[in-house]
Amino acid sequence: MDLGELIRYGFMQRALIAGTLIATLCAILGVFLVLRRFSLIGDGLAHVAFGGVAVALLLRVEPAYTAVAAIPVVLLSSLGILKLTEKARIYGDAAIGIVSSFGIACGILLTSVAGGFNVDLFSFLFGNILSISRDELLIAAALFCIVVVTVVFFYNDLFAITFDEELAKSSGIRAGRINGVLVVLTALTVVLAMKLVGIMLISALLIVPAVTALQVARGFRTTILAAAGCAVFSVVAGIFFSFVMNLPAGGAIVMINILLFVVAYAFRKTQMRGRGALP
Amino acid sequence: MPVDVLQVTGVGFRYNAADVLSDISFHVRSGDYLGIVGPNGSGKSTLIKAVLGLVQPMRGSITLFGTPSPQFTSWRKIGYLPQRLKFADPHFPGTVEEIVRLGLLAGKKFPRTRTRRDDEAVEKILLLMGIAPIRKRLIGELSGGQQQRVLLARAVVGGPDLLILDEPTTALDPETRDNFYAFLHELNRTHNTTVILVTHDTWSIGKYATRFLYVDKRVVFDGTFDDFCQSGEMTAFFGLYAQHQICHRHDPERRGSNGPR
Repeated sequence: MDLGELIRYGFMQRALIAGTLIATLCAILGVFLVLRRFSLIGDGLAHVAFGGVAVALLLRVEPAYTAVAAIPVVLLSSLGILKLTEKARIYGDAAIGIVSSFGIACGILLTSVAGGFNVDLFSFLFGNILSISRDELLIAAALFCIVVVTVVFFYNDLFAITFDEELAKSSGIRAGRINGVLVVLTALTVVLAMKLVGIMLISALLIVPAVTALQVARGFRTTILAAAGCAVFSVVAGIFFSFVMNLPAGGAIVMINILLFVVAYAFRKTQMRGRGALP
Repeated sequence: MPVDVLQVTGVGFRYNAADVLSDISFHVRSGDYLGIVGPNGSGKSTLIKAVLGLVQPMRGSITLFGTPSPQFTSWRKIGYLPQRLKFADPHFPGTVEEIVRLGLLAGKKFPRTRTRRDDEAVEKILLLMGIAPIRKRLIGELSGGQQQRVLLARAVVGGPDLLILDEPTTALDPETRDNFYAFLHELNRTHNTTVILVTHDTWSIGKYATRFLYVDKRVVFDGTFDDFCQSGEMTAFFGLYAQHQICHRHDPERRGSNGPR
């Protein structure tokens, strides 16, 4: 079966569109999160999402809306991480650790109470983009629009607090509110990305395209564009590769991402040696 | 009667049950060049942060351009250059031009969109500060002196009425430092920009500042630098040796013709 033929399948079209949307979102937000030393928030929120999905499955929510049902739990947790960091004098990584383990513990307990779940829970744990339904695609598209419009509106503020929070505050930018916007957008994106690469690999989609772009891009805007380009390429290539080789899409997408990072890193090292700069 | 640019009245701040600032009062008028000096841990940076609204004083009040600090919103009137920044991260991907442009955000309403006037203002300041040739370089790739020029450009691109600098020349070599102070002096003299400079470098205070504030958790002295150096009261307070150290603390390269006046 060639690629042209493959692309005519409805499930493949849905997977490619949804994958492109989600990967773009992860890459854009990933640049801000990585530079703000908040990389692992995606991982933490994904673990919380596990708890949210467990609640939704326990309540027998329609499969297409299972991820959406997890949104309130993930949103609250994202704000919880922020509050713990700001108010409780807890470092960001420790706050993520607390909320993340709380989410996983809830998920495990609920799974046990319900006597174990079927394959649905596993599709969220490891992702299954090829099984994405039309309704799920529409939900992904709607959330994509919300997140992209918000990032565009808040771009300058997000850039300012990413460069230096104190300087941003001295310009009258309400850093606390912008941090809140960033974690809420991340929470929505994490919920979307569960279906693409699974809870276990979401952080890779947030972190790896960003650090790949940071190896080669010159300028903040170009870093975001380069990260989005890497993420979209890896998702499209990963989906095709996984289908042809009969492998899980999530794992293939992340491996291609890592490969791109290695290439970008080697490219930068070669350039620096050429210029006689230190590594 | 002209409104004071800054009025600080009875400001106090405590941290972990210890006084960081106690009953601080002073004012700054339009066109002043105020140098603030004090030993390490004397509360200078906390005072600046309180003026900028980054920390809330526990006692007293701060008024900026006639407006009480909590209600103050005209942040475009203030340019700020802090002591230490995250830009020390060599991997931060912002270019010189992008960083300078950040200085225009304060004067804009949300969503702070870019205009042609912004482009013109950025172009003008890049040329004025001599950093136009490095506009596409990443901030993390620059030397300490170049970074400081970029950050000063960011602070002044919006044409602030008040420029606040917190130990801005710590990492600079003497020549770059002299050029930096000469530029500040020019801004103060020709544009009537009010300058508040926190520094350990009393040579620059002696040469350029019109007023001198010695802070050690409280205001110890408020007057001109020359008055401070000649004050018998300050000699009694500090002792002759310590007063001499403050008045003649400058780099060996500056001894001789370039020394304090």
